[in-house]
Amino acid sequence: MSENLISLQGVTKSFETKGGTIHALKGIDLDIRAGDSYGIIGLSGAGKSTLVRCINLLEVPTEGKVIFDGKSLIGLKTRDLNLERRKIAMIFQQFNLLMQRDAIGNVCFPLEIAGVPKKEAREKAMELLKLVDLEDRAHSYPSQLSGGQKQRVGIARALACDPKVLLCDEATSALDPKTTRSILALLKKINRELGITLVVITHEMDVIKQVCNKVAIIEEGQIVERGEVQDIFTKPKSQAARKLFFPAGEGKETELGISHSNRIRLVFEDANTYDPVVANMILELKAPVNILYADMDVVDDVQRGQMVICLSDDSDIADKQKAYLSAHNVSFEEVREEDE
Amino acid sequence: METSVLINLLWTGLLETLYMTLVSTLVAYIIGLPIGVSLIVTDPNGIHPIGWYNKVMGFIVNVIRSVPFLILMIALMPYVRKVIGTGIGTSATVAVLIVAAAPFVARLVEQSLKEVDPGVIEAAQSLGASNMTIVRKVLLLEARPSLLNGAAVATITILGYSAMAGVVGGGGLGDLAIKYGMYRYETTIMWITVIVLVILVQILQEIGVRLANKLDNRL
Repeated sequence: MSENLISLQGVTKSFETKGGTIHALKGIDLDIRAGDSYGIIGLSGAGKSTLVRCINLLEVPTEGKVIFDGKSLIGLKTRDLNLERRKIAMIFQQFNLLMQRDAIGNVCFPLEIAGVPKKEAREKAMELLKLVDLEDRAHSYPSQLSGGQKQRVGIARALACDPKVLLCDEATSALDPKTTRSILALLKKINRELGITLVVITHEMDVIKQVCNKVAIIEEGQIVERGEVQDIFTKPKSQAARKLFFPAGEGKETELGISHSNRIRLVFEDANTYDPVVANMILELKAPVNILYADMDVVDDVQRGQMVICLSDDSDIADKQKAYLSAHNVSFEEVREEDE
Repeated sequence: METSVLINLLWTGLLETLYMTLVSTLVAYIIGLPIGVSLIVTDPNGIHPIGWYNKVMGFIVNVIRSVPFLILMIALMPYVRKVIGTGIGTSATVAVLIVAAAPFVARLVEQSLKEVDPGVIEAAQSLGASNMTIVRKVLLLEARPSLLNGAAVATITILGYSAMAGVVGGGGLGDLAIKYGMYRYETTIMWITVIVLVILVQILQEIGVRLANKLDNRL
């Protein structure tokens, strides 16, 4: 068995339209290990929905390879592909439930496809509805359920055939913040407790921070940065990553008319999140700093703080301030201009 | 005319009309439903696109649908006579009605199936459903209310066609209205048949709507 559950190799996808050829994906290489909760983030039109559909071949790549669980999916006979698809479940932004079936009927649907006897299927479906906290709505139709409840039915349906991976295509984008949190918590539980690999497509960084351990940032059909969420949060390399992780910090100063060359971004990790490092630094060096932006976050279960400050104009003092921060294990980087 | 004779005539006419309408609607669905499904399935955006089939079948459906019913009936008469032995009466009318109605039914079915959310079809595909399963368990079931409304429209249209067949001695209420009402100026009979037809249409429409609503779980 290969260590990667999903491996995309040189995947490109082009669409022919009246206005010419659109290159939605331009040579994507992506490896996802079993047990990962892998986020794929990008703005709308970046190609992330096409990318996730290439994993279960709802979109057939123009070029490249799709390996799932050691098997190449492209070129499989329809029947064999359908068998593989049962192990690659998917949930959707618009839930995509069968409107003419009640909740338990929806959960039974994949089991019917798999040929599970009816009685057994109903029992399994009921268990899954329990897992998603919806056993009391088993006989409600989708039109009688709220958005969050519909997505729970969608999740129960996706889990019916014991998949190895759950693809989540903007699964919380149609939900309010509170419902979003509860659905994300459920997804996390599925990843941790059932060991199901998640592939999370989203345009919201909060979603990544809450459920993912790894992330790939996609821009114009290409992956521009990838890695552990912790690492990218601490030290984003690409412009796109900075924009996504620090939406308020990046460029805001210039908008406000503050132009200062000595700006740095601090990222507080775990232990020092609660220490007043900046305040202590000001007291010790007796030189003030200007705080431009500050925020606290929980990233992949770890408490993180970030702050954008202006150091002293005096370069000697600024150096001392940097040294102080380094000595106190606060990682920082210079904030560059947007157009750099 | 004696009342008992009149009632007898109307009763026979009503039964003939019901027979023609229901039998030809049923057979038109047996032929038209698979054609409608095949048009959706082979559509460029369908679950199994077959360009040439879709174009050819779409063209045939359009050609038959564009010929006015009266002309189609007269044009088909020689063939009907050859196949079933007679060009007049209810059996001949049923044969022509089927030919005229099947393509109409196919389009109605196609329209209904088009209303099914593509996302739901995608979800079924992601679960590993075969195309046959998608047709049977997703398309036809999700579109059920719309299909039933369409069936009411089809039945009523076929009822109207069957009345038109009266012009060439097709039997039924239409035949009665034309023979007595138009050729013999017995306007009472004509009006009575018209009223009976109006009531029939009302009943069919009501059945269609009620059935569609009853079987629609979105409501």
